[in-house]
Amino acid sequence: MLLSNDHGRLLSPLGSKITLGLLLSIAVLVPLLNLAVPPGSVFHVPTYLVSLLGKYLCFALLALSVDLIWGYCGILSLGHGAFFALGGYAMGMHLMRQIGDRGVYGNPDLPDFMVFLNWKELPWYWYGFESFPFALLMVILVPGLLALVFGWLAFRSRVTGVYLSIITQAMTFALLLAFFRNDMGFGGNNGLTDFKELLGFNLQADGTRAGLFAASAVMLALAYLLCRWIVCSKVGRVLVAIRDAESRVRFLGYRVEFYKLFVFVLSAMLAGLAGALYVPQVGIINPSEFSPANSIEIVIWVAVGGRGYLHGAILGALLVNYAKTYLTGAAPEIWLFFLGGLFVAVTVFLPKGIIGSLPGLQGRLQSVLLRFGLPGRTAG
Amino acid sequence: MPALSKLFRLRAFAVLIVLLIPSAASAELAQDLQALTEKSNATKVAAVESLAAGGHERAVPILQAFLAGRLFQVKEDDRMVVAEDSAGGYRIFDAMTGEALGEVGKRKLRKVRINNRLRQAVKAALGALTLGSSDPAARIQAADAVFRSAQSDMLGPLEAALARESDLKVASRLARALAATELATSDDKATRLAAIEALAAFVDQEVRAIVSGLLIIDGEGRPAEPDSDLRAAAAETLKTIESKLAFNGFIENIFQGISLGSVLLLAAIGLAITFGVMGVINMAHGEMVMIGAYTTFVVQEVFRASFPGAFDYSLLVAIPAAFLVTGLVGIGIERGVIRFLYGRPLETLLATWGLSLILQQVVRSIFGPTNREVGNPAWMSGAWEVAGGLTLTYNRLWIILFALLVFALLMALIRFSGYGLQMRAVTQNRPMASSMGIRTGWVDAMTFGLGSGIAGMAGVALSQIDNVSPNLGQGYIIDSFMVVVFGGVGNLWGTLVGAFSLGLVNKFLEPYAGAVLGKILVLVVIILFIQKRPRGLFALRGRAVEN
Repeated sequence: MLLSNDHGRLLSPLGSKITLGLLLSIAVLVPLLNLAVPPGSVFHVPTYLVSLLGKYLCFALLALSVDLIWGYCGILSLGHGAFFALGGYAMGMHLMRQIGDRGVYGNPDLPDFMVFLNWKELPWYWYGFESFPFALLMVILVPGLLALVFGWLAFRSRVTGVYLSIITQAMTFALLLAFFRNDMGFGGNNGLTDFKELLGFNLQADGTRAGLFAASAVMLALAYLLCRWIVCSKVGRVLVAIRDAESRVRFLGYRVEFYKLFVFVLSAMLAGLAGALYVPQVGIINPSEFSPANSIEIVIWVAVGGRGYLHGAILGALLVNYAKTYLTGAAPEIWLFFLGGLFVAVTVFLPKGIIGSLPGLQGRLQSVLLRFGLPGRTAG
Repeated sequence: MPALSKLFRLRAFAVLIVLLIPSAASAELAQDLQALTEKSNATKVAAVESLAAGGHERAVPILQAFLAGRLFQVKEDDRMVVAEDSAGGYRIFDAMTGEALGEVGKRKLRKVRINNRLRQAVKAALGALTLGSSDPAARIQAADAVFRSAQSDMLGPLEAALARESDLKVASRLARALAATELATSDDKATRLAAIEALAAFVDQEVRAIVSGLLIIDGEGRPAEPDSDLRAAAAETLKTIESKLAFNGFIENIFQGISLGSVLLLAAIGLAITFGVMGVINMAHGEMVMIGAYTTFVVQEVFRASFPGAFDYSLLVAIPAAFLVTGLVGIGIERGVIRFLYGRPLETLLATWGLSLILQQVVRSIFGPTNREVGNPAWMSGAWEVAGGLTLTYNRLWIILFALLVFALLMALIRFSGYGLQMRAVTQNRPMASSMGIRTGWVDAMTFGLGSGIAGMAGVALSQIDNVSPNLGQGYIIDSFMVVVFGGVGNLWGTLVGAFSLGLVNKFLEPYAGAVLGKILVLVVIILFIQKRPRGLFALRGRAVEN
């Protein structure tokens, strides 16, 4: 099929070592340069940059979760933004409960928007969110459960390919509409915001920001290790086989739907974690995170970096989001042209993404070097 | 010659006298006009009634000016004038003759004052006067004004107007006004009973409000209508009206659902044929709809600028124009991008999504991000009053007809043309069709162009009922996907059934669940539905193993 089945190349040990090394070193270095180096110094990393980079890392984690199902199992989800947003909402609810009586209305029990809507008591589904461990559990469980129910329905009746993509898009669209409603109890179109602190740390403080950044980097590294472990395991081989020839795997006696369900739920949980890390760093979660366009954008991060190479997804998310930050600041009207062009260019010219095209580039570079009589590195 | 000249002078004098002495009607008019400037309200009301009774041709413009606060008296010579705003003050016209008297400063005029009680009287008087108008629309308006004011002194003019009315529509409105006025003002129980029963024939919210007003019981337990027989009759009439209203609501719901369904049909049918033939989902399909709507806008601008008289025919030009423009864009997309992505439906989906972003931004850059005004031609505005208060708007009726026509044409094309045969062959088995000598690439390009062209025509239809903005396509695209998923591909009947069921279900859920919740429910139901039928309602049966 499209991508190489060669296991060694799928996950070159070198690539994953570099990825892990980079992630862990920035987890230490960036907070250090932010907190320990005086603001005047050239090596100082300003706090806004720390938050921005932290946001990128959350997107990278989200891209990783999409790569796990798309790159390795061929499930193109156009609704992964929904799992991300659900994780974000779970974390947002915890942060809302942490505000306590410091809201505009000073109500110790109800978040501001409920007071504004004239609600008398907390809805049942808000119970428990004042506890951080419970919220963390929900961050993983809620997206996981949705993925379980949705995936079970979809995979059991063998909804695949384009159909599945469209249905996932419908799912996130339905959630978008639902979360826009005020009577859902999630703040309507304003969403949840005005957070004060997390675990007693002021969210505006430099130290908290640096800590969140480090947490995102470490979480990304851990998730990377987990994904790598899964795709290298026997299960991972079955997943790749499903991606390349689903019916054949089924005829061989594997329960394809269980494998798919497992990886889909896991991916949704990772996306939820990404959302939970994202919300305290940007300070708001609102229904627009559910918009189908957002979910499709995640897919292009993966495609740019290279699907089926876990570090490709990370690279793609960082690159595209950097371009987005830069372009929407420098020339906002160009951004959509750029993003649209990226979709077309990557699918037509770079189907393996950047990482996937590197070996080919290397070979081409070598032949060019040889032509000029220069000794290139021999292919390894 | 002196005698002759004397006689001549006498005659000139006589002519002068005749000119100076106004006719009797004019004298009365002048008198009433002056009475309007009196202090006493009663005198003013009497003057208004006298103006209406006199039936002078200037009475209507004078009363209208009075009502609008445009009746003035010139301070210098007490002449009554009607004034219009102008740059330097007022442009004035003689109230008696309508003759233009030039412009004057604001300080030269004294306004003839009006108050609420007078306004009532003037409105009623105007109602009576315009009941005799030669324009049926004006007569209907007058009848409705009388219906709302329900003044006893209008009974006579109403009965007279009803007796000479030949237009059925106007007569019905007059009868409605008559019944309401009798009910409100008569002392005779039999007359009022008859009026209540007569009102049962008029199904609308206003009549319902009047009849249910009789049944209101105030805080002290006293009913608004003391007579129990009348109350019983009113309850009976109310029941009739409400059941008819509910029936009309039901029919209107069906109509709304079918019209939404036909929009979805137009938007989804192109999607369905490209999916059927090529197995790809065109995410830029919504943008084709949007481009079709903007083509309509451009065509209308050209008409407005060059042939303003033929504006009503602009849509007849816009439909083929939109088909061509979007069809060519579609063929361009197919040849330029999609053919390089063969056998990779998911990548095609992403690439077309990218194209949709680009197309949106292009349109936004050219036409701006705001809504553009697309006009309804005369034959599409207004509503068809079927019977018993049921009205169906013409633009939606036309859209339903148009969608069905397009559907029939497409079916015929696929069924009877050589291209249709090739298209069906490629849909069923691409490699086999190819080995039989069908140029599958050409079929793909044509199908993509055809699908896009139909989307463009959907855009023409949508421009008549929705705002034309760069986001127009986005609003319909997910619903169109749902139609395709629900109806299945490879069979256009599936798309037809899918579109109309989605339209109807959406409209029927709206009153109970609200628009948003209704939509969510529909999405959930479809997600559940494809559990049972993963390939839609009308799936092509085959024995091939996918992949």
